[in-house]
Amino acid sequence: MINRNKLSLRRLLFAASLTLTAGMFYSCSESAAEEAKLPILGNREPVERVVEGQTVVDTLYHQIPDFAFVNQDSQQVTQETFAGKLYVTDFFFTTCPTICPKMKSQMLRVYEQYKDNPNVLLLSHSIDPTHDTVAVLKDYAARLNVTSDKWHFVTGEKDSIYDIATKYMVTAMEDEQEAGGFVHSGAFVLVDENRHVRGVYDGTKPEEVDRLINDIPVLLKEQNDQK
Amino acid sequence: MTRNRSISVVAGLVALTTLTQCFTNRKNEGEKLYVANCQSCHMEDGSGLRGLIPPLAKADYLQLHREELPCLIRHGISGEIVVNGQEYNKEMPGLERLQLDDVTNLLNYIQTNFGNDNQRYTMTEVEELLESCPAH
Ligand code: HEC
Repeated sequence: MINRNKLSLRRLLFAASLTLTAGMFYSCSESAAEEAKLPILGNREPVERVVEGQTVVDTLYHQIPDFAFVNQDSQQVTQETFAGKLYVTDFFFTTCPTICPKMKSQMLRVYEQYKDNPNVLLLSHSIDPTHDTVAVLKDYAARLNVTSDKWHFVTGEKDSIYDIATKYMVTAMEDEQEAGGFVHSGAFVLVDENRHVRGVYDGTKPEEVDRLINDIPVLLKEQNDQK
Repeated sequence: MTRNRSISVVAGLVALTTLTQCFTNRKNEGEKLYVANCQSCHMEDGSGLRGLIPPLAKADYLQLHREELPCLIRHGISGEIVVNGQEYNKEMPGLERLQLDDVTNLLNYIQTNFGNDNQRYTMTEVEELLESCPAH
């Protein structure tokens, strides 16, 4: 009996060490793949162009168009606010009873992780801009204890907000059937300095947000290498 | 004699299992209600959301305002409140459709989980407290 136990313990250890080694190889190759590059998401179009008599085909990537919203300090927030930086964006509303508290607690993790890095910004759009006025957003951000040079909470023209949501490939619309009156996805979208979407993550799942937190340095490095 | 004894042992065992089952079911009931109705705001671990939604985990409020909690759950709460020294001021919707046993299970669940080890409620106690809810 004792012997048998010993044997199985040894086997167990062996199996465990195998798994460990396999895991090490796996994580190595994975981090090597991460080193490479994040994909550029969304539609792409081939564009032909003539250079010195030769036709070359460029790929035109999906790009976030110009925008102008107002943040919790009544300051204009536009694409210029994010020039040369990367940002993480989402869509929410302050009275949302469903997924927003979870999203905000996860976005706080990203905030805490990158709060001292000026090249990473956060942008949360209200999809209930009629209720979420500048004053409401200011109170919300103050209670969360986050600063407006890092994390912009914006309100604006309802149509423009719903419109830009589709550009970030996020669902957001009014729906009386839904708790709180709006349907929206809990996505966090990672955008680079060229306004390309480089990642979409489920902001209600801690493991997806871990992935985002790990992807940010990869993108920062890429942007840095290009400078 | 031996027969009698074994019968009583069996009977005792049956009674015990039904009883414990009852208790464990109760506990699951409270947890289920929490997941379905409260977790989206107060979070899986009862930690709430910084500055906006107060924690249930180790919250002094649960002890300081123990008697108000049945009404708070049924009718919601708004206005300024202080939990563990931090001020909150946001609206929590009520759950009017919750039955007496649901409110009791739910309260006992939050009073004894998330690191809390507070006094439980009996159904009669919750019933009395619900009868005297302030106007809402
Ligand atoms: C829509 C989000 C939301 C939901 C859902 C919700 N709460 Fe709350 N809860 C709050 C907010 C916000 C407050 C603070 C209210 C205030 O500031 O007046 C609060 C306060 C409380 C308090 C008193 C303060 C504390 O933290 O001890 C208790 C107890 C409580 N909630 C329990 C529950 C229970 C149990 C449920 C499920 C039946 C629930 N809540 C569902 C948002 C919510």
